Amino acid sequence: MLSALIVLTLLSLAFGLLLGFSSIRFKVEGDPVVDQIDALLPQTQCGQCGYPGCRPYATALAEGNEEINRCPPGGEAGIQALADLLGREVIPLDPEAGEESEPELAIIDEHACIGCTLCIQACPVDAILGAAKQMHTVIESECTGCKLCLDPCPVDCILMVPNPESLNSWKWPYPASKQPTAAQHKTAS
Amino acid sequence: MQFETSASPHNNDVNNVARVMRHVIYALIPGTLAYAWFFGPGVLINLALAIALALGFEALVLKLRKQAIKPVLSDGSALVTAWLLVLALPPLTPWWMIAIGIGFAIIVAKQLYGGLGYNPFNPAMVGYVVLIISFPREMTLWPAPQELAQQSFGLWQSAQIIFSGSLPNALSWDAITMATPLDITRTQLGQNMMLSEIQDSPLFGTFGGVGWEWIGNWFFLGGLYLLKVKIIDWRIPFSLIATLLIATTLTYASAPDAQAGPMFHLFSGGVILAAFFIATDPVSAPASNRGRLIYGCGIALFIVIIRQWGGYPDGIAFAVLLMNMVVPTIDHYIKPAVFGQSSKE
Amino acid sequence: MPVEQLSHFHGGLKLPGFKALSTNSPIQKMALLAEYRLPLQQHIGEPAEAIVSVGERVLKGQMIAQAQGSISAPIHAPTSGTISAIDKQAVAHISRLPATCITLTSDGLDEASPAHPLGETYRQLGKQTLYEHLRQAGIVGLGGATFPTATKLALASRRPLKTLIINGAECEPYITCDQKLMEERADEVLKGIHVLIHSLRPRQCLIGVEDNKPAAINALNEALKNDPTPSSVSIKIVAIASLYPTGGEKQLIKVLTDQEVPSGGFPGDLGIVCQNIGSAYAIYRAIYEAEPLISRIVTLTGAGIQNPGNWEVLIGTPIKQLSQAGGGYTDDVQRLIMGGPMMGLALHSDELPISKASNCILALSSSELPKTETVSPCIRCGVCVEVCPANLLPQQLYWHSRAKDFDKAQDNNLFDCIECGCCDYVCPSHIPLVSFYRYAKTQIWNAERERQKADQARERHQFREQRIELAKQEKEAKMAKRRAALKAKKAGDSSSSAKQDAIKAALARVQAKKSNKASNSEGTQG
Repeated sequence: MLSALIVLTLLSLAFGLLLGFSSIRFKVEGDPVVDQIDALLPQTQCGQCGYPGCRPYATALAEGNEEINRCPPGGEAGIQALADLLGREVIPLDPEAGEESEPELAIIDEHACIGCTLCIQACPVDAILGAAKQMHTVIESECTGCKLCLDPCPVDCILMVPNPESLNSWKWPYPASKQPTAAQHKTAS
Repeated sequence: MQFETSASPHNNDVNNVARVMRHVIYALIPGTLAYAWFFGPGVLINLALAIALALGFEALVLKLRKQAIKPVLSDGSALVTAWLLVLALPPLTPWWMIAIGIGFAIIVAKQLYGGLGYNPFNPAMVGYVVLIISFPREMTLWPAPQELAQQSFGLWQSAQIIFSGSLPNALSWDAITMATPLDITRTQLGQNMMLSEIQDSPLFGTFGGVGWEWIGNWFFLGGLYLLKVKIIDWRIPFSLIATLLIATTLTYASAPDAQAGPMFHLFSGGVILAAFFIATDPVSAPASNRGRLIYGCGIALFIVIIRQWGGYPDGIAFAVLLMNMVVPTIDHYIKPAVFGQSSKE
Repeated sequence: MPVEQLSHFHGGLKLPGFKALSTNSPIQKMALLAEYRLPLQQHIGEPAEAIVSVGERVLKGQMIAQAQGSISAPIHAPTSGTISAIDKQAVAHISRLPATCITLTSDGLDEASPAHPLGETYRQLGKQTLYEHLRQAGIVGLGGATFPTATKLALASRRPLKTLIINGAECEPYITCDQKLMEERADEVLKGIHVLIHSLRPRQCLIGVEDNKPAAINALNEALKNDPTPSSVSIKIVAIASLYPTGGEKQLIKVLTDQEVPSGGFPGDLGIVCQNIGSAYAIYRAIYEAEPLISRIVTLTGAGIQNPGNWEVLIGTPIKQLSQAGGGYTDDVQRLIMGGPMMGLALHSDELPISKASNCILALSSSELPKTETVSPCIRCGVCVEVCPANLLPQQLYWHSRAKDFDKAQDNNLFDCIECGCCDYVCPSHIPLVSFYRYAKTQIWNAERERQKADQARERHQFREQRIELAKQEKEAKMAKRRAALKAKKAGDSSSSAKQDAIKAALARVQAKKSNKASNSEGTQG
């Protein structure tokens, strides 16, 4: 009886030491989880999730008090990636946050623009150029398509257009059969 | 002028899955006829029955899965599965056993995994294993080879036995069946008999069992044909047979009196059939060339281990299924050196 | 000098050649047309930028679009005339997306801009000057990849160069434009090669030609024998076995030098640079005739065309006009392909223009096309593994691409696939394998682009927040300062009366004393 007790005590001590040692020795100095989540978010900064930007949403997710389905630009693939990272269930996109859509681009109708600078202040990524009483324009390569500039515009001169497809950015459609092109081109274009 | 388009390449080799399966069946015919010659025409009835059942089951499942039936049935894969399973069964196997075996092979092992191309396990071998585990007694009822048998059955009688499941009057299974050479060797070696003593039995031929050795030869010929028309790759049969010969040579050399020789191992039971027709089923075999060598080698080792120490006289089905299990791991670790990667190292 | 041994690559296919269809007649020249359409992107890299405006008159050989960025090539007017449009037009691209083109209406005069050929004087020029010359001439790799030649040479010449390889393999069935070029213009090709040798200073030059073109090999040997200006560098013509895809750059290097270009690397890593026969000829034209790349040899062939042959075609020529020059289509023409049957692009219309990349226009008749077979599941038979020249596992690549598991596809070296189509050709299940690989590749590229864009957006957003924060702080600091200044001013205002001050001070003193006392007494009490 006594020897059993001693053996067990010694064993638990030894394993405890081993665990303690390995937790120090093999400590993972990885990205804090917020950074990892932030890296998965599309950085549209649109605020559709209800947070003022991607990082605040990432912080809320890391703290565990938010669902992973509140990012429409990230879409299904984004939810899948978040679920993988955080070990949560994949759930459908919250319709309250919005619907998944193809990435878009804001265009300012330069004839209608009155140069009020309201959109410049609203743009989360400084993608609008202009000054007071000067017409504004969108830097295409910087625009995330967040639509935050639409509401402030007093003359509704900003419109969203689908992301232009170029020869270099074109993606092959998912192959269907040996004779794919005719039907697939319809869906691709 | 407008033209229709398609993705490149715009030409094609004349090859298709049905052609592959057709060649496999051509290659199976000589061995099958030899089987019928030595063990009676029962196998032909089983074959017809199995094929009909396989096609029926496949059509049924496809219908339930709401998929096109005709292209799948005409690819011939169910036919080959049925054929291989029947060749592994005794020639007078009752019809309901055939139905169970084929049912498991086609419905469970093939279609429930997603159909042709998706099955991790060889369907014919799954069917075989289900039968040998469930009905061990029936699976050992091999009639004696025709030349040794006192009683042989014609086509009609065989059909009666298969469909009624019972023998004609005044005959008992004990009278017409005989243990297979592998079985005998196994039990009698277990009783500490000398190998030479055992092999005095009329069941043993020149280098394998009577009948068995010739069936093996014909399958070997079929295998060579498949190699010739490039339906199968040489690596799996080669590594399987080579490993089997080496391993059994070693065991034989360790105790020539108490161990069967390599040729006996090769030509009794279904090793040749397995090497050229079963293990080479590409769906459940590894993708890479080196992986295939390992796969063949593994099957041979399992066969030897099971024959040596296992509870079943012939371990081919288990060996194949065990190696099927290892295939994803082999594929994960064994990849060919891609062009330009060997020079990097 | 090391002795080259002929090596071979894994896999490959022996394909029926159909080359004799188009080799019976000499290279023909097309008559001048009324209109040419020149896409701004005819090369790998950034599209060129138009430098002419609509209505402007241009001369033959005049630059009408300039290179944009380091990997780009300019475009020149194929004949004299006026620019009639610069707009988006259909071009030969798998996406069928329109791309910007310059339309040139010919004036029929074919008036050339003044030219000053370098001729043999190029030998006095340094390589940088020469490359600039080739860059201005708009020369790109004419084997199909259309990588700007000057950029390729400049990159290659940064490192010591062992071998210059001239690719005359032309392994795709039907195509014979390089073959005819070698047969008929071997001297000029050789002069172009001399320019390359002069600028690159390799230790040796190997010209690889498939052994199914004996006449081309003979012509090159003949030219080499009669070379008026023999080079100190050894030039060797090597007949190589006809096996598709020997003409692939990496495969040809393997065959000629027994070296493998590292996966993800470039021939330059081995001290090797490859140039196509057609490019060598274009270099000759640029140096000796001061003619930029405004024409190329195009093979017009297939059973769908009346009179197959090779044509010297101005870039921008509508394919329709070329087909008419070849007698038009036969009745059972089924498909129009730019390039060869293995890697070519099926065109939806013959209104599209010939570009620098168009080595062949192949009109296939129904008898030449494969039967439409239904796709059946992959049975992992491994025939594709046998033929893959990159030694990949095509069935595994297919499996992962189909499942959209792009990480696994990359683990299986998806990007080493050269899309040669061998696996697709032999597949008994008729799976469009190459399409799956292209799908996976473009998806991966797209994900990478999106990731970069997200990183950029994150950075800009963070920068903006910092800026706003900073502005807020600055504003606050300013406000505080102003408040302080105001206070000080107020204080200053109130100190105007000294008397009041004195009273205040006295009061304060009394107050202080009182409180001092109080605290003292508190202290003693406590």
